[in-house]
Amino acid sequence: MKSRIPVILLACGSFNPITNMHMRLFEVARDHLHHTGRYQVIEGIVSPVNDNYGKQGLVSARHRIAMAKLALETSDWIRVDPWESKQETWTETVKVLRHHYNESLRLLQCKKEFMKTQRPTETSAGDSLSCQHPVLPELKLLCGADFLQTFKTPNLWKEEDIKEIVEKFGLVCISRAGSNPSQYIKESELLTQFQHNIFLVREWIQNEISATQIRSALCRGLSVKYLLPDPVIAYIAQHNVYTEQSERSNQGHLLQPLRLHSTRGTPLSD
Amino acid sequence: DPDRKTEVVLLACGSFNPITNMHLRLFELAKDYFHETGKYKVIKGIISPVGDAYKKKGLISANHRVTMAKLATKNSDWVEVDDWESSQSEWLETLKVLRYHHQKLLPPDATNSLEDAVPLTKLGQKRKREPNRHNPIKKKNQSPDIKSVPQVKLLCGSDMLESFGVPNLWKSEDITEIVEKHGLVCISRAGTNVQKFIYESDILWRHKNNIHLVEEWIPNDISSTKIRRALRRGHSIRYLVPDGVRAYIEKNHLYGPESEDRNAGVVLAPLQKYASDSKN
Repeated sequence: MKSRIPVILLACGSFNPITNMHMRLFEVARDHLHHTGRYQVIEGIVSPVNDNYGKQGLVSARHRIAMAKLALETSDWIRVDPWESKQETWTETVKVLRHHYNESLRLLQCKKEFMKTQRPTETSAGDSLSCQHPVLPELKLLCGADFLQTFKTPNLWKEEDIKEIVEKFGLVCISRAGSNPSQYIKESELLTQFQHNIFLVREWIQNEISATQIRSALCRGLSVKYLLPDPVIAYIAQHNVYTEQSERSNQGHLLQPLRLHSTRGTPLSD
Repeated sequence: DPDRKTEVVLLACGSFNPITNMHLRLFELAKDYFHETGKYKVIKGIISPVGDAYKKKGLISANHRVTMAKLATKNSDWVEVDDWESSQSEWLETLKVLRYHHQKLLPPDATNSLEDAVPLTKLGQKRKREPNRHNPIKKKNQSPDIKSVPQVKLLCGSDMLESFGVPNLWKSEDITEIVEKHGLVCISRAGTNVQKFIYESDILWRHKNNIHLVEEWIPNDISSTKIRRALRRGHSIRYLVPDGVRAYIEKNHLYGPESEDRNAGVVLAPLQKYASDSKN
């Protein structure tokens, strides 16, 4: 019997703040992969970006991690990982993927070592089989269709990074109304080459909760109940996370990847 | 003067089959809207699930729908569920539900009856003009001017408003009374279709000041139909409905192909009622 390939879904982003829509991406992706019959999603990871990313309105990773933890408290398969946010500076997405992939291999190795120490009678037939023929997990980047579009933004991505992401890892791309991800794939030779490794999933239940609008609503004292989990809303209120001032942070600054990749000399003008 | 604000109760009638985060958002959006006008204070939200006698296709037992709505509003300090409508043995017109809830808000007075319920506004003003008068003797149908009575407004999405146009679904005198005596709060994505609909209806146009259009700034398409479809297909509904609702559905195995077939081929109660009325 052919066993399913274990998959870990990794979502990178600001999560500023995390919303019900972010968490929906995971659920929709998991359903889709399971329905192909070929995959078993074993884990979901939310990886909030480093403060050094320099995006306008980005609040401290401390808060963004705390909020994500609260949001995912009741999830039995999705967790937050602070590794990316704890690095000294902003880290390319491909590096985050590599890190989490290596981590998953390391865990698999640990499990194998542990299984070896067990007496044969204590392991189930299934376990010993998987030890002999372990199916390596695949780590896929989970994103929205707009994310695919950003590959075209000059200086935002390194070509070789995109290649490694789609070739070695893979994308699960959830599309919303008004976006046409297959178009973006067609328009890019690189993406077309590896389209077998890009899963396009259509989300029919439109739920376009933009974090930007959430922050704007919070500043104006409007309700965001049922758009974010209650504990996250409570946290935001308690710590006064989003204010007019926080919205202005990093204003006028270049995003870190643009800063790094742009040609030396004159910076991009506003 | 904060005391001069008109108090408003938001009433949402519907199948709630099941209740979703979108339904709950309607209340939040409406409340914010009214507060921003500076003239209203929303004091309560009421969810009134329709009775089983409505006979809509796929409608599961009111017991479940009420329980789910209660689970959904557990963490709300102002929205509650009322099962009066759902416990009636016959289907009730929405207007009757509005009248009932308005009636409940009136101060206790033996002379008030359901049929006589008349909404009252700006009583505070009246009182101010006659500062030295005692409270007048209450006569039948006269406004008690101790304090103003909250207005009960029907909260809905654009689909309900536009359903006013479906033949035999609503009585035109009901629509008139709803917009004239109570008021409508309609949440929609892009206001255009709704505005056009109001423009094309003489009744609605006449009372458009009592029809509050609220634009939903987060496009939110979490319809109960889609939730039920997702469930039939074994798809996750997490983060689309409150967790307690999801758990309840799972535990009780609600919403499968069989439940969707309930009332298949049966005529919807209002259509049944008005079609036979017009025959007579």
